[in-house]
Amino acid sequence: MSEPLSPTEIIDRLATRYADKVTVVTPPGKNGHPYVAVDRDHVLPILDFLKNDPELRFDFLMDVTVVDHLYLEIPEIGERFASVYQLYSLEHNHRFTVKARVPENDPRCPSAIGLWKSALWGEREAHDMYGVEYEGNPDMRRLLMPEDFPGFPLRKDYPLRGQGERDAFPQYRHQRGGEIEDGTTTSTGEAS
Amino acid sequence: MSEPLSGNDPEFLGGGLLERGKAQDPNYVGTHPEPRFFVTEEDDEDEFGGKTMVLNLGPQHPATHGTLRVVLKVRGERIIAADTEIGYLHTGFEKLAEHMGYQQWVTVTDRMNYMSAINNNVGYALAVEELLDVECPPRARVLRVILSEFSRLADHFVCVGLAGMDIGAFSLMLWAFERREKIYDLMEAVTGTRLTTSYTRIGGVFRDTPPDFEELVKELLAELPKFLDELRGMTIGNRIFEDRMRGVGVITGAEAIDWGLTGPLLRAAGVRYDVRKATPYLGYDEYDFDVPVHQNGDSYARFLQRLAECDESIKIIEQAMERLPDGPVMADDKKIALPEKDEVYQNIESLIHHFKQIMFGHGVLPERGAEVYVATEAPNGELGYYITSDGEMNAYKTRVRPPSLYHFAVVPRLIEGGMISDAVATLSTLNIIAGELDR
Repeated sequence: MSEPLSPTEIIDRLATRYADKVTVVTPPGKNGHPYVAVDRDHVLPILDFLKNDPELRFDFLMDVTVVDHLYLEIPEIGERFASVYQLYSLEHNHRFTVKARVPENDPRCPSAIGLWKSALWGEREAHDMYGVEYEGNPDMRRLLMPEDFPGFPLRKDYPLRGQGERDAFPQYRHQRGGEIEDGTTTSTGEAS
Repeated sequence: MSEPLSGNDPEFLGGGLLERGKAQDPNYVGTHPEPRFFVTEEDDEDEFGGKTMVLNLGPQHPATHGTLRVVLKVRGERIIAADTEIGYLHTGFEKLAEHMGYQQWVTVTDRMNYMSAINNNVGYALAVEELLDVECPPRARVLRVILSEFSRLADHFVCVGLAGMDIGAFSLMLWAFERREKIYDLMEAVTGTRLTTSYTRIGGVFRDTPPDFEELVKELLAELPKFLDELRGMTIGNRIFEDRMRGVGVITGAEAIDWGLTGPLLRAAGVRYDVRKATPYLGYDEYDFDVPVHQNGDSYARFLQRLAECDESIKIIEQAMERLPDGPVMADDKKIALPEKDEVYQNIESLIHHFKQIMFGHGVLPERGAEVYVATEAPNGELGYYITSDGEMNAYKTRVRPPSLYHFAVVPRLIEGGMISDAVATLSTLNIIAGELDR
């Protein structure tokens, strides 16, 4: 195990080949680590470079998630969604974060499934929660929500108490003669 | 926020449940997604005229230890293909994090891995502390280490006990649960509850230990090594146990890395990666402990791996008890640390701090755009918290990287080609906790 590189050194190494394609973002605060934001068209070559470059060798894709930037505009990202990849290198023991810009009106992003198999469910959950379609991922079914659920619950414009899906479920009431009366609920739910 | 439309308004759901008329159908009882198998094989009759059939393992099955559904396509006893379905315990924890204060969400972290709630508490507290740049005092650090390791022991005991139960060794489970209860007695003495501990606060821990804490720990530590020997004596070299566990659910180290497995599963496949050693937190680099590995990557190796990790946890607790310093257990920053309850009742200044923090999140306000990803070693593997802040009293986004999610993704790959009973033996050593899997 060699000496780990700091995120700044990793960015320098990345800039030797992709200087014009990556935007460096340094989050405020003392403990935030710099990361890079890239266009979604370039995210796969850059992830490939990060995985296979001998000095970087990120062999773990620890997590995939999406951040909805609806109320938190970051100028370097500039789009509604950012697909966030948390990488870890076992060989060099360093970590790095890559974000891919995903526009609101066309929420698609290439899948990293060809590089790491852990992207299979990471991207599947990100798709389930934010509606970002990962192209190339063979399993884009809903992961946690029911398959016919209409919304994307972790989007910022999705209300905390739901959009009334709870009221759309049938409710059965047992009556005296043992018969069951069906019908949807009449309550409108609580407004959040 | 505008008032949501009534759920009965078909326009609102936009082609959802109502439009398809399912909700009005009295026979509609929910969704049953068709399983999709990635291994496809012709449904030909085999040489004995046997055909394939689809078999559900779960969501209510004793071997799943939670609500998981595994759909098996079997020919006889042999699993040809498998598909998984989760989400039965989805509770929207990450959505709640966007609407709750940083201190409040500590209680939600308990509910993720309910076997070892302290590890979740500690991981979350560390992430928020890094976001706010606070340090917890030395006594709280060591207390967090001691209780995390006890929690890890309890989690491993449950896993090895249930692994035994699943393959027929019922006494293993009874023995393990007896010791687990003793650990939970200690947890109760320290935190007030057995399972949902909520022990950490941002900047420290909730309260100091009871006066007889040292005796309780010593008593417990004295009997644990003996118990582990008993477990080993019962299983290692046991013909039935080894036949059921060896060579079942095998994964190689390279594959485990590719699939994002961490923790005991990765180490049982021969990869020496432990967050406590790789990126030490809470002063884990000051403790003398090893990271055991096993090479086979099968269920038996995972079982032994958990037992070996129990030994290391006991070593860490012994060292931590020796160096447990005196002093406060909460950071001396009134804007971040919650004041003690006694103070709140007797002192107007503390009452105001308490009120301001609870009602307005006063002080716990990171900078807009700040973000951290903090990884800790939970009993099941790498538990990561990714928190983004918009400068308000709630986190803008909190993402939990649960180890179980990535572990369960690999289940079809592990059980395909094996027998149905092998699937049970595999699932039991993966230790999938539905709470953190679905969140």
